Order: sequence, then structure tokens, then C-alpha cells
Amino acid sequence: MDLKKFFINQNSKKQLKILTCGSVDDGKSTLIGRLLFDSKSIYSDQISQTKFESEKYGTQGKEIDLALLIDGLQAEREQGITIDVAYRYFETEKCKFIIADTPGHQEYTRNMATGASNSDIGIVLIDATKGILDQTRRHTFILSLLGVNHIVIAVNKMDLLNYDKKNFDNIVHSFEKLSKNFNFLSKRYIPMSALIGDNVFSKSKKMPWYADETLISTLESFDIDKSSIGEEFSMPIQWVNRSSSDFRGYSGTISSGKININDEITVVSSGERAKVRKILTPDGNAEFSFENQAVTISLDKEIDISRGDIITTDLDKIKIADQFSAHLIWMHKDNMLPERNYIFRFINSYINGKITNLEYKININSYEKIAAKSLELNDIAYCKIALSKPTFFKSYIQNNQLGSFVIIDQFNNLTVGAGMIDFELRRSSNISWHDMTIDKKKRSTLNSQKPCALWFTGLSGSGKSTIANILEQKLHQLNKRTYLLDGDNIRHGLNKDLGFTDADRVENIRRVAEVSKLMTDAGLITLISFISPFKSERRMARDLFDTNEFIEIFVDTPIEECEKRDPKGLYKKARSGILKNFTGIDSDYEVPSDPEIKLKTLLKNPEELADEVLDFLKVNNII
Amino acid sequence: MTFNHLKKLESESIYIIREVAAEFTNPVMLYSIGKDSSVMLHLAIKAFAPNKIPFKLLHVDTTWKFKEMIKFRDQTIKENNLDLIVHINQEGVNNKVGPITHGSKTHTDIMKTQSLKQALNKYKFDAAFGGARRDEEKSRAKERIFSFRDTNHRWDPKNQKPELWNLFNTKISTNESVRIFPLSNWTEVDVWQYIYQENIAIVPLYFAAKRPVIKRDDMLIMVDDNRLEIKKGEKIEEKLIRFRTLGCYPLTGAVESKASSIEEIIIELLESKHSERQGRLIDSDQIGSMEIKKQDGYF
Ligand SMILES: Nc1nc2c(ncn2[C@@H]2O[C@H](COP(=O)(O)OP(=O)(O)OP(=O)(O)O)[C@@H](O)[C@H]2O)c(=O)[nH]1
Ligand SMILES: [Mg+2]
Repeated sequence: MDLKKFFINQNSKKQLKILTCGSVDDGKSTLIGRLLFDSKSIYSDQISQTKFESEKYGTQGKEIDLALLIDGLQAEREQGITIDVAYRYFETEKCKFIIADTPGHQEYTRNMATGASNSDIGIVLIDATKGILDQTRRHTFILSLLGVNHIVIAVNKMDLLNYDKKNFDNIVHSFEKLSKNFNFLSKRYIPMSALIGDNVFSKSKKMPWYADETLISTLESFDIDKSSIGEEFSMPIQWVNRSSSDFRGYSGTISSGKININDEITVVSSGERAKVRKILTPDGNAEFSFENQAVTISLDKEIDISRGDIITTDLDKIKIADQFSAHLIWMHKDNMLPERNYIFRFINSYINGKITNLEYKININSYEKIAAKSLELNDIAYCKIALSKPTFFKSYIQNNQLGSFVIIDQFNNLTVGAGMIDFELRRSSNISWHDMTIDKKKRSTLNSQKPCALWFTGLSGSGKSTIANILEQKLHQLNKRTYLLDGDNIRHGLNKDLGFTDADRVENIRRVAEVSKLMTDAGLITLISFISPFKSERRMARDLFDTNEFIEIFVDTPIEECEKRDPKGLYKKARSGILKNFTGIDSDYEVPSDPEIKLKTLLKNPEELADEVLDFLKVNNII
Repeated sequence: MTFNHLKKLESESIYIIREVAAEFTNPVMLYSIGKDSSVMLHLAIKAFAPNKIPFKLLHVDTTWKFKEMIKFRDQTIKENNLDLIVHINQEGVNNKVGPITHGSKTHTDIMKTQSLKQALNKYKFDAAFGGARRDEEKSRAKERIFSFRDTNHRWDPKNQKPELWNLFNTKISTNESVRIFPLSNWTEVDVWQYIYQENIAIVPLYFAAKRPVIKRDDMLIMVDDNRLEIKKGEKIEEKLIRFRTLGCYPLTGAVESKASSIEEIIIELLESKHSERQGRLIDSDQIGSMEIKKQDGYF
């Protein structure tokens, strides 16, 4: 064996990232097993282990079940389905393949999207005996949305239909109709049997009517390189490389274009400019470098750059905004609610923000746009997003590194959604606030009191309003200016258009929070008495206020006691099913983990509890 | 202009390593002395050149590693001016836990898995790099590059965070941690080719040499010191052998081989029909055994 030749050949191979997708049981894992098997990427001990497992879990009788080569989790073997993405590797004479096997099961659609986000080519499997199914439509949509522009439609299990041409033609016809909705750059149809290997690596003798290439030659022939070398140089700063000595460099992976020594770059956040002095690549110092390379660049002068910035040779190519529109894929079983705060992860920063407008979501069968108030697991939607501060980006279609983001829940840190930026909306800095020369401080001096928001939260019937009422009387006697916002005076007026669904509850609290902020700004001690069952909304309210201005008061009454009291007869109605979405019965109450004040109502009467709050205000110099 | 495959893998790994250094408070690199660790370390050095790497290395020593491994470790640390922490499960040592007396399962659990967890807790590391690759074993093929662990260091394979693009979610709650695998997408051939092209030093045990071995349970076990008791019917033979993977010497099977250079190793690898983990006793105790170990906090 000639090793030199081997390396030259190795280094000239093209890297292809592909994924298999489609509906459950269409044969995705079997196909990948077949690809690994036929490309001789499986060692003999792995085959004997799989044979052994096939007898226990396999679907092919005594025969080896190729899917078991791929379905590596115990739960997958037991249930006979794929749950999470598997990444496998094989090579041919021409290409190195990184292949993601994704689950067909609808519940795990997010894992399919995970696989698609890093792929160049998608293989959509269709079970010839079943035709196009919901998941086929959904996955095709996601491929298009994520910019997987080259697809192969593998019409599988032809062996079960006597390799009949008519079935294949029918499926081609239906898929052509479906794909009119999209703009794939290339699209090929192949009839095959993953199980037996027809038209995978070798041409099937059983389908003489099919004259085109096998799957593997088709994959090898795709031209996937979308080089950005002609574009401007841009690089998000990932790490500032600073040593005690004089070296200071900026590390990152180039997101587009080419950079040469002496080129002038601009820091997007500050507009400062400098010239490139050195380029350190993984291969040492270089005269130039280009997209996708991880480099460290040093400049001819000291300027302020940090992680979160981006440097570029053409400022006009980079957008900066704190509001933009984007496509979203929701990935968590807790619904996405507009106006709720989430963390947005971009290429080199985390920024708080929220979805302000849910424009529409997509019906996965008809691809129609439909109105929605919230998003459920696996929903796909188009929406507007507002961030707490501006970020840089490009549209996803231009650059998927700079145009993508993931959404993280601020409490449990789970990844709950993913998004692709479409375009920027008006920058919020254009909507300048009126310069209010009489400010909160001046007003509060006049009132000789510190304004604050006393936020009462607790179950229905826990005693929020009773305590708040007594407290307001006591404050009034002390000559303090107050206002009490209560469910009853708000729900009948300002919020009378809102019901009790999760989405409406979020909006209800958002409005109340904004109103109490204005009242606090006006210098009042504002008492707010709302069930406010969700942590996120209480957090959102808190975030509107200055530190120490927001005082969360948890009125802690066990649900049994509330139900016993039932002053408005609501629990009874909820129990009998007349009242839906009732907190504590069929809607959650998330107990505050860290309230400023906790009032245990079983131990004291409302009078004493109001005094407790009063004491707190005195100790903290609020009154 | 586009990169070849290996250059793409290299830049991808460097990106991952930098991301961890930038986002975590107290990361550490698990250094197991094997070829994958050597590659990972090499990439880390590149990621932060010309500076030192901004985190420490941790070696969980089971006290049963090959002598040559320890020698190589100490040499590497010295030559590259690195900071190394060596952790040994003292309780295990006090109870004289070892692979021969306690069997592979107990030994690995106490001296490796438990020991690793002890060290992570002791130094409060919130992120730990490991050199595992997805092509090694099929439950690893399912694991994310950023693999989340709960307060007990457990992996929950059914509840992995979606990992889209290269936007890694590095947010964790107190006492949770993350294991990061920068070599996830490398294959065994990639690793060897890279070692060859970059001239990376590796433990000499990977190269064929005459070494004393006995045959036990169908494996060739090297007699590395006198703790390996020779049973009746076993005899020590000098054989031309090498290792495809390195671990505790009584648990690591050697292969008979003449490959004494990297070139020859690659040729042998391309022609071989067995996977590298076959030399490991600990993977094959039961179906899904690697997954179970990983759930317990083993890498
Ligand atoms: N007859 C026949 N059966 C096939 C073929 N391909 C797959 N199968 C069988 O179809 C069943 C499902 O195959 P899998 O590969 O597990 O399907 P999958 O698409 O990976 O399923 P999920 O990952 O759970 O969505 C298994 O019993 C396979 O053996 C084929 O070409 N012909
Ligand atoms: Mg599958």
C-alpha cells in the first residue's frame, strides 16, 4: 500500500454532511446501517454484536437488523424507533461522509432539526407502501427552512412492492406537487431497498426501468460548496488572547471572506479601525486566511474589542438592531408565550429578549399560515423579536452562522427553540423617549416617600386582596400616597378583552406590570394583587423596576384552605368543570422561590400580616 | 477556497475549545494520556497560541496504568509547561481495589468513575473536556458535543438539549456541569492521519515492540509489573505486540503486530477488521454497557 498516495487521496476528498429524515419506520436507520455496511465501515466485532442484538430486539427475524447498528440507546432498541440523532462516519473513494440519522417520530422533531442544522444534503425517505405522510411534509419543510438545499427523495422498501415502477412514479408525482412550495437547488428521486441494498451502493438489477445513478453516486455528485470567498471578511470575536507580555490577539472563526495582512478592519460596535498585523492560523503565521478557519489576529494598534463584537472589512454588510423578524421552531413542551422573557443565544453572545408578535404559524399539512397566540412543541412560526440590547447579524439565507440563534429558558436553562433571522425591524433607538425633566426622584421628594411596587401573588382565595386592602388603609393613615391594582378593577376595564388561557394570563400580567411601573414612576406606593401564577411573568414584572423597588409578597395559603374558604365559589365551579384553566386545579401555580416577604396566613390574621409588610417597609427605609 | 476534511475538523475543534474557555468559570481538560488526549491537547495548545492554555489538565489515575503511560505523561507536562492535577481515589487505594481482585466492573467504577466525580467535585469544575469520539461506540454516536450532567454527573440520554448549528448552550445551573467532546466528529483514521501530519508525540506502547505477555480470557495481557499474578497454565511469552487503545494494563488487550511507525499503524488500521474498542474488556460486560456507564458519570 502506498501511504503517500493514500494521504493525497484522503486530503482531496470532499467532506459531505448529510442527514436522513422522513416518517417513522420509513427505513432511515436501516439505510445508514446499509451505507456503513456496504462502505465497509463496520468492523467484524461490531457486526457480531449487532447480530446478537438482532435476535433479541430485531425486526428481521433471524437476519441482522441494520437499524440496530445505528440505534445506540437502550430505549431505542427496546421501542424499535430512533429517539435522538446519531452521527456516523464513512467514506468512499471520492468523499468523506458525516451522516446524521434523525428520528421520524413526531415527538422528536426537534432532534431532526438538530441534525438538519448542520447538513448540506437531506435524504428524505418515503416508505413506498405508505407514500407521503405528515412527517414527510414536516421534514421537507424544515429542510427548506434550515437551508438544506440539496435533497434526495429515496423511495424505500421497493422490495415489498415487487419493484413496481408505477408506485414509484406516483410518489414522484405527489412529491413534485408538494415541493412546489419550496426552492431546493437540486432534487433527485431514487427507488431503492435499504434492507437489501438495491440502488444504494450498487445498481439494482430488479429495477431496469430506473436508468439514473445509485444513491451513493448521486450524493457524490452534488456540488454543495457555497464559498463566500468573494464576500467581505467578517469574524465574530470569540476570545481575546492576551498575555502578560505584549501580545494581544483576537481569536475567532472567520464567518465569510478572506483576510490579508495589512487589510483594514472595523469593529462593528465602536466603528474603530485598525490594520491587520499578524494572522495566526492552526498552521502557524500566515499571509492570509479565509472563511471557516479558526484564527487569531493581531492589529497594528490597541483598540477596544471583546467577545460579543464582530470585525469586518465592510460595515454595510453587517446589520445591527434590537428588533428583527425570524422563523422559529419551538422545541419544548412548555408553550412559547409572546411577551415572556427568554435568553437568546447568538454566535458569541447571550441577550435577553422576547417574542413580541407572533405573526403566524404554519400548518404542516397545507403549509398555510394560521393565526396563533402561542406555540406548542414542534410548531413552526414567523414572528417579531425584541432584544434588551442590539446585536449584529446577517439574514439566515446569507449566512447561517450569523443569522441563527437558539432560545433558552431563563429558569431551567433548557434549549426551548431555534430561530433563523429574516430581516431587521426599525431600531428601537429611533423611538426615543421623551426627555422627562421631572423625574421619579423629584416626584418622590415632593411626596416624601419612596415609590415601590408591592406585588402580592398567591392562589385564588389566599387572602391577597384582604391583606392589600388593610395595608393600603394603614399606609393612607401614615399620609402615604398609594394605589391598589386588583384583579377586579383591571379585569373589568383595561383587560376585559383577556381570558384565562396561558397566553392571556401572560398578557394580563404584562399590562398590569407596565401600569404599575407607570404608577411607581408617578411616585406612588403601588399595591398589586394578582394571582400571577408563573415565575416568568413575575420575573418580567420585576425586571421592569429598579433594584429594591419591586417587593414580591407571597401570600402562602395551602390550596386545601383556599378551597375551604372559597369566598366566591370558584373552586366549586372549577371542580365541577364549569370553570376551566383555574389556578391550582387545572392550571399551574409556580411557587415563588425567593420572595421578599412570605405571609403564612394560617398562623396570623390579616391585620397582623399587613403589619408584617409595614415593618418590612420601615426596616428598608421605604416609609 | 475550501478546506480539506482534516482542516475542517481541526478548526471545528478549536472553535469548541475556545467556546468553553470563554463561557465557563472553571473548565478542566481530562487528560488520559492516550492518542486522542494527545490530539486534543495539541488542538488546545493551537487554540490559545502563543499563550498558555487557560485551564488545567486532570489525570484520574487508577494506579493501574502502564508505567510507560505515566512516564510519557510527566514528560509531556514538563515539555509543554502545562498545569496538571493528578487525582487518585484514596479510599479505593485504602481498600486495595484493583482490576484483578475486584474485577473490571468494580475497579472501573471505583477507581475511574467515582474517582473522576470526586475530583470534579473537589475542584468545582463546571466543564470538563474529554477526548471521546462518536465513531468509537454507538451510544457515543448519540451524544452531543456539549453533554450535560446533573448534580450527580449523570447523563440523561433521553433528555439531551437540541444542539443546532454551532450555537452551544453553555448555560447551567449551580452544581450542574458539562462534558465537552471536541473530537466528536473525528474518526480513528482521522486521528492517526492528524498525528502523522502534525508529528504529535504519543505513548510508545502504540508501536509494536517485543513485550512480555500472557494469554488470558482470549486477550493478550502485558505483564507490566509484578501485581499481575500468573495463574497455573499461563506462561509469560515475549511477543511482538502493540496497543490500539490504552487503559489499565490488566484490562487492555494487546494485538500482535509488526507496526512500529505511524505509517505502518495506519496501513494496519486500514486493513484491520476489528474495532479499536474490542481490546477493552469494560465495554462488553452487557448490551448497552457503555450507555449505562455513561449515565453513571463515566465519560
Ligand atoms: N422490506 C423492507 N423493509 C425495510 C426496508 N428498510 C427498512 N425496513 C424495515 O422497516 C422497519 C423500520 O426501519 P428503521 O430503519 O428502524 O426505520 P426508521 O426510519 O429509522 O424509523 P425511526 O427512526 O423510528 O423514525 C424495520 O423493520 C426495517 O427492517 C426496505 O428497504 N425493505
Ligand atoms: Mg431510525
